[in-house]
Amino acid sequence: MFKEHIATYREEAGELLAELETSLLDLEETPDDDDLINRVFRAMHTIKGSGAMFGFDDIAAFTHEVETVFDLVRNGKMAVTKELLDLTLKSRDHITTLLAASVEGAEIDNAAGDALIAGLRGLVAPSKANESQPEDVPSAAANTPADQIDQADLQTWRIRFQPNRELLLCGSNPVSLINELRSLGDCLVTAQFDGVPPLDALVGEHCYLYWDIVLTTSRGEAAIKDVFIFVEDDCQISIQLIDDQAAGEPEYKKLGQILVERGDLSPEALTQTLNQQKPLGELLVDQGAVTSDKVLSALDEQQQIRKIRQEQPAADASASIRVPAERLDQLVNLVGEMVTVQARLTQVSNTLGDATFISIAEEVERLTNELRDTALNIRMLPIGSTFSKFKRLVRDLSRELGKEIEMETFGADTELDKTVIEKLNDPLVHIIRNSIDHGVETPEKRVAAGKPAMGTIRLGAEHAGDSVLITIHDDGGGINRDAIRNKAIELEMIPANAELSDQEIYSYIFAPGFSMAAKITSVSGRGVGMDVVKRGIEGLRGTIAVDSELGKGTTITLKIPLTLAIIESLLVKIGPSHFVLPLGAVEECVELSRDDIRAAHGRNLANVRGRLTPYICLRDQFAISGARPDIEQIVIVSVRGERIGFVVDFVVGEHQTVIKPLGVLYQDVKGISGATILGDGSVALIISPGDLARMAETAELDQL
Amino acid sequence: MSVAGITETVQYLTFKLAEEIFAFDVAKVREILELTSITKVPQTPEFMRGVINLRGSVVPVIDLRLNFGMQCTEQTVNTCIIVVEVNLTGEILVLGVLADSVQEVVEMEPDHIEPPPQLGTKLNTEFIKGMGKVENDFVMILDIDKVFSSEELTDIQGNTAA
Repeated sequence: MFKEHIATYREEAGELLAELETSLLDLEETPDDDDLINRVFRAMHTIKGSGAMFGFDDIAAFTHEVETVFDLVRNGKMAVTKELLDLTLKSRDHITTLLAASVEGAEIDNAAGDALIAGLRGLVAPSKANESQPEDVPSAAANTPADQIDQADLQTWRIRFQPNRELLLCGSNPVSLINELRSLGDCLVTAQFDGVPPLDALVGEHCYLYWDIVLTTSRGEAAIKDVFIFVEDDCQISIQLIDDQAAGEPEYKKLGQILVERGDLSPEALTQTLNQQKPLGELLVDQGAVTSDKVLSALDEQQQIRKIRQEQPAADASASIRVPAERLDQLVNLVGEMVTVQARLTQVSNTLGDATFISIAEEVERLTNELRDTALNIRMLPIGSTFSKFKRLVRDLSRELGKEIEMETFGADTELDKTVIEKLNDPLVHIIRNSIDHGVETPEKRVAAGKPAMGTIRLGAEHAGDSVLITIHDDGGGINRDAIRNKAIELEMIPANAELSDQEIYSYIFAPGFSMAAKITSVSGRGVGMDVVKRGIEGLRGTIAVDSELGKGTTITLKIPLTLAIIESLLVKIGPSHFVLPLGAVEECVELSRDDIRAAHGRNLANVRGRLTPYICLRDQFAISGARPDIEQIVIVSVRGERIGFVVDFVVGEHQTVIKPLGVLYQDVKGISGATILGDGSVALIISPGDLARMAETAELDQL
Repeated sequence: MSVAGITETVQYLTFKLAEEIFAFDVAKVREILELTSITKVPQTPEFMRGVINLRGSVVPVIDLRLNFGMQCTEQTVNTCIIVVEVNLTGEILVLGVLADSVQEVVEMEPDHIEPPPQLGTKLNTEFIKGMGKVENDFVMILDIDKVFSSEELTDIQGNTAA
């Protein structure tokens, strides 16, 4: 049970840290946004509070220090500066490290944390000196003495804290909450006993008491609310400002008014009682309209009065539920099985030819397709969550390299399969790093070229059919075609006299070991990055397109399929074996006869409506024995913008392919990206056209 | 004389490859299947026969005869696939093994198992945990994890690039 809580905490803390980062980055743009400051503060407060609750003491202690500084910001005592944001971002990273360390039990670098704390305190110190009234660093334990607080800021609050009976069962202790309130300022607490049942009905574990608290503090309503942040769902809490010294109203409220305000007494009862002209409190108690302790509590309050009614915002009822990812995966797997069985059902029904049976099979097919779409939809997440990470990357890296770069994003709510988003992370990191390092120039160069000093990187996502297009655009120097060409010749990747299209030249930037950087920096130059991009994107069965104009900028477009689990594909046959090709890349199918082969004089080129199309004979490539049929078929697939044919014996037709991994044993087999199960229960392999094309290319180059 | 590492009486599943009897620890055996159609994965070594559909998951099948330098397994009515769990560098891998025929489950006491002779088995003794005796036949107890984590198997990655 406790373990579960810890897991939940980690998950939540992770989310909060992400939110914290986003808010901090936004805050950099609009430093005066109170909403953002509050969001930052709330995130930290929750991390701290629940951290302490679940025994992550080091996280709680560290976060507390950061929170302290932000408390000053929130109260307008400190301005949001670059240094502060830098330190806070680093602190956020440190908390992430602490969290990770607590999972793995790794050694914690306390020095780093201490340095950050020292830095933050250093920021606080000068701002303190400027203050007319220095405020002590507030901590939950240290009571801020009331008399030290600037009298002008004092406000008096009336708090009714009415916990649900089960509060104690949730592990919260009202006493500690009240003590925390006490630490905020001068505090008067009156316990209310009228909810306590007779002894025989009393359950020892229930909390029957509630409290009226009158608190005089300079810390504002948010600080009070923060005290109750973990119990607000389990309690009724009303917080009202009853006296604001800043507004300075000399008049005191009468006891009757207070009781009416509190809702303990109806106005009618008050008038009636007042008419009897006795001391009010006494009369009320005599008449049993209120109990004597209520009157006492109201009398206490009478000394510090004025009221502005504050509405307690209704707690957000979340309309979503948290589900473990494995359960979703399991659901998708089951749907996958279902699709397979359904394919079989359709096959059998067509063979039997019974009309009733066929109509049932068709109905099942419709439902299965709907079920599949719904199940896959559940796993869809907006891509925006990764975008904020890249904002951070751009910010940190551009500063490191002395460049001024601003990041724009669009289409953050475009949805993609969860696994796809995770796998997109690395390629995007490399592309963006490249844009920052090689793409965008230094401010001086930009100004000299007549561009604004501030460079822009645009990262966006949009839907296009069954794919998502992710574009990364920079307005930097563009790619120098000739330089790449020369480099490729130098590295003996292409012969010196090769005629290459722009796309072909650009494709070399993705070749392993190919780097245009003159020297290796911490950012790039090893020629690894773009190779990672290519592999990553191809692993997602996506494609990359590069477009660049010298001096104007570069656009890299990634085309990614929406999901990894189930794809539309083309089923083909070679000898006895079935294979499937992802349908998304297939352009057309044409026939290849013996005459055509003879006409090509042994070259693997086919004449498709006047265009020469190179092809790969899969039978040869896969060493499948048996004779080639007289008429074969070429499936023409677009690979990196080129049309390449794959020769098969026979094209069976479209197929719903549930992708099954081949497992560790076959993980590095080239040209095959997975397997699927056909309607008859046999296994068909999924061909990866990109891999095969590359293999054929290298094989031919070797022969030359 | 007993073999280090075998201290308890364990049940073994015996099976035949050609004329010889081999055995797996039953704890490692998941199930035994009739031979179904195996899909060969191109550009992989001969002994990796391909993949089968095991109730919706794709499971690789290997031919130990080729591993042990015997002729490729021929298909008969007795041919079957023994599905085993292999510990491949910490991960459990489900794998099918072709066998000419499955014999029986026998109990062997540690005392009746001897270390493999260094000479005469014509097999890589690294794979063999011990030699047991059932009635008059010798049984070679295979160390599944070693057989399948041997270099050959993990090397596939290297020689498929061709």
